[in-house]
Amino acid sequence: MAAINITVNGKMQVLDIDPTTPVLWVLRDHLDLVGTKFGCGMAMCGACTIHIDGVATRSCVLPVSEVADKSITTIEGLSEKGDHPVQKAWLEHDVPQCGYCQAGQVMNAASLLKDNPNPTDEEIETAMSGNICRCGTYVRIKAAIKTAANSSNQ
Amino acid sequence: MTIVKTTIGRRSFLKASALAGGGMILGFNWLMSACSKPEDVLALPKEWFELNGFLKIGDNGVVTIMSPNPEIGQNVKTSMPMIVAEELDVDWKRVIVEQAPLNTDIFTRQLAGGSQSIRQGWTSLRTAGATARQMLREAAAAAWQVPVNEITTEAGMLHHKASNKSAGFGEMASAAASVEIPKEVTLKDAKDFKIIGTPRTNVDGQKIVTGQPLFGLDYKQEGMLIAMIAHAPGFGLKLKSMDGAEAKSMPGIKDVFTIKTYEDDYARQWSDVSAFPELVVVVGNTTWEVMKARKALKLEWEPFGDHNESYSTFQGGSEDKKVPGGLENSNKHTQLMASLAAQKGKVVRKDGDPDAAFKKAAKVIERSYTAPFLAHNTMEPMNFFADVTTDKAVLVGPVQTPEFMEKSASARLGLPLEKIDIQMTRMGGGFGRRLYGHFLVEAAVISQKMQAPVKLIYSREDDMTFGTYRPAYHAMYRAALDENNNLIAFHVRAGGIPESPLFANRFPAGSVTNYLAEEWSQESNITVGAFRAPRSNFIAGAEQAFLDEVAETAGKDPIDFRLELLERAKSNPVGEKNDYEPDRYAGVLELVREKSNWGQETPGVYRGVSAYFCHNSYVAHVVDLMMENGKPRVEKVHCAVDCGIVVNPIAATNLIEGGSVDGIGHSMFSNITFKDGVPDQSNFDKYRLIRHREAPKSIEVHFVKNDIDPTGLGEPPFPPVVGALANALYKSNGKRFYSQPFIKDIETSSMRM
Repeated sequence: MAAINITVNGKMQVLDIDPTTPVLWVLRDHLDLVGTKFGCGMAMCGACTIHIDGVATRSCVLPVSEVADKSITTIEGLSEKGDHPVQKAWLEHDVPQCGYCQAGQVMNAASLLKDNPNPTDEEIETAMSGNICRCGTYVRIKAAIKTAANSSNQ
Repeated sequence: MTIVKTTIGRRSFLKASALAGGGMILGFNWLMSACSKPEDVLALPKEWFELNGFLKIGDNGVVTIMSPNPEIGQNVKTSMPMIVAEELDVDWKRVIVEQAPLNTDIFTRQLAGGSQSIRQGWTSLRTAGATARQMLREAAAAAWQVPVNEITTEAGMLHHKASNKSAGFGEMASAAASVEIPKEVTLKDAKDFKIIGTPRTNVDGQKIVTGQPLFGLDYKQEGMLIAMIAHAPGFGLKLKSMDGAEAKSMPGIKDVFTIKTYEDDYARQWSDVSAFPELVVVVGNTTWEVMKARKALKLEWEPFGDHNESYSTFQGGSEDKKVPGGLENSNKHTQLMASLAAQKGKVVRKDGDPDAAFKKAAKVIERSYTAPFLAHNTMEPMNFFADVTTDKAVLVGPVQTPEFMEKSASARLGLPLEKIDIQMTRMGGGFGRRLYGHFLVEAAVISQKMQAPVKLIYSREDDMTFGTYRPAYHAMYRAALDENNNLIAFHVRAGGIPESPLFANRFPAGSVTNYLAEEWSQESNITVGAFRAPRSNFIAGAEQAFLDEVAETAGKDPIDFRLELLERAKSNPVGEKNDYEPDRYAGVLELVREKSNWGQETPGVYRGVSAYFCHNSYVAHVVDLMMENGKPRVEKVHCAVDCGIVVNPIAATNLIEGGSVDGIGHSMFSNITFKDGVPDQSNFDKYRLIRHREAPKSIEVHFVKNDIDPTGLGEPPFPPVVGALANALYKSNGKRFYSQPFIKDIETSSMRM
């Protein structure tokens, strides 16, 4: 066990924890933030995507010791009122089916648009290819990202 | 105008009561319309008459519709209440939809499967809405002292024009609760629909995109422990020895032990399939501690021999099913299927004299198609919460068959049925996997042993290697053409490990004078279960690829060729049991032909077409492929669908897009193979699921417009797209694709261009 400080959604958290614990399980088991999902445990599906200092990162293989003193944003903290342009676009396009992967998709898309406010179709496909949607909502995800890009650029 | 009765015989399937704080509640049965004839309804068990849906009108006019059906992403939680709201004539903005907790005393027949929710709920949902509306009108007529037929409704308001009186539903709801339930009510004409047929977004959308706890894996309770399992690494293996001492000594670990999911003398239900009924369990405080400890388990496994498992029958008895011993291999499966396909199978249907027709044929085409085992891979792995005490069990999580699993849990825990309380969460995908609820029983057994609330979580590896797969399939087809290129005989011989994919009475049965359908199967210890569009998910692609080749040999356009056969099935059908309507089948082909501009050649675009009927809906696809960096990529999918009335177009379109992506993805990339019983793929590093850059760039969905009662969409869009993809791949490459996943042959062949 070790004492580790992390900042999650703007709030400092003091943890006494096994430093090898992946951030995913810190969020889910220790901090009650269950919006970040477990899908594969080997960074292959993207369901656990969070932002570390604003960059999309897979949390299921990331030991908590590596994020000490860094700023973590989860789906719960992406926007105060759930009205981030990506979240709004997701609702407008009615993207989710089962919905399980969508927190990870939204977080990945938000990070993409931060780096590249006007991505081409190909850039969207490449950036989003680490996030599996088993229900197959890819066409809608792409459309929603374009809508979000347009609304952010206005 | 349709008038429907609210009673059958002396039984009513509606019941009204006043709400304590004002307002009314109307209970109804969602599934009564599953039976077409009154005699069928009367033959149903008594408990089917129990109320399983509720519609609540508060005195503030807010309407709450309790949806009892499990939500697995098929959007029933939005689409089914839309049907109630339509007939009630209420403003959709004032409707709240809640997932009903599973109270098996009240809610029965809760099951998601077979794309049946909308189809079976259609009439009962409408009847419930229309009945509440009628009772509100009668309450208003009594209050205003005017004839009831002069009361109109609109968007949650009651009006009497002549006296210029108006009231909200909420104001009349308490009085309406004491109105006698009308014996019959009038349903709206389709042309008057205001909600049905309009796009309504997912009622849980906001919660999903903000990460609110909705799923089983998100469920928590104070003092809850975490449990994980270790199952045999391969099929045909069982536990030989277990040393859990080191694991048990690790931080946060409470206990290590083995469990049996089912007792030896228990006759399993169909939903109790489990390849690994003996498990090693690690229980601890947090997920990561348990994951770490599980790696420290010292486990030895050994092969088991042939044995029997007892299954209950629908007649109430039980029968033994043989589980063969041995460690299976995929290369042996391939050889075995080829050799079984070369032998005669069990004849399921025979029309005319196929033997004679093949003998006199001018041309005979014979082709064989195969597909591998597939894992469901719901994004949310199997999991369940259980809190079992001496006198009751609270079980919470994602399961498609709560009503069946309640019985399994009751038998295993030794608690009466009424002490088993199953609560359903939203499910992170189902695709058939969560019909088989062994994980619910496992969680319950672990909780009972620990005497504490426990959440059981499968890792991805546990989930992917647990079995309950889509079977491996093989289909051999033969077609005979006469000298004028007419199809004079058709022969299918289909089988699988361990089940056949054959549907003997589907197209092209009924359209060919001489027809033979045979099936075979080969037992295995690899467990299988329903997978999105069971059997159709393979046989459609095989059949539609074969018909494409037959059409080509006959020198006919593939759509014209199919339409010609369908015309025969309509005008002069062969046999009587043909399981499709030729007109509707032809309808989707004609629609996709028109919308895709079929026949117009575009350089660099390679097209394939396919159509299929399953789960009561008709779907046709045209797939357009283009080459991208030397690899085929689906540029566009054109899809035509006849599912009757489209209840919620935005959700229906989403399901059709998803089903099309799913069909393309699985046939192109996915498989589970075995070496000495052990699956070669255990996570997404080796198991390929379709990803964003491999998905179709665009999908266009077109609906056949008609007023036929709606049918489901969870499964029908998957099967035909496989055939359209195979046919388009042929155009791009000049080579036919017979073996799924197609990527294997693409990688080993040089593509055109």
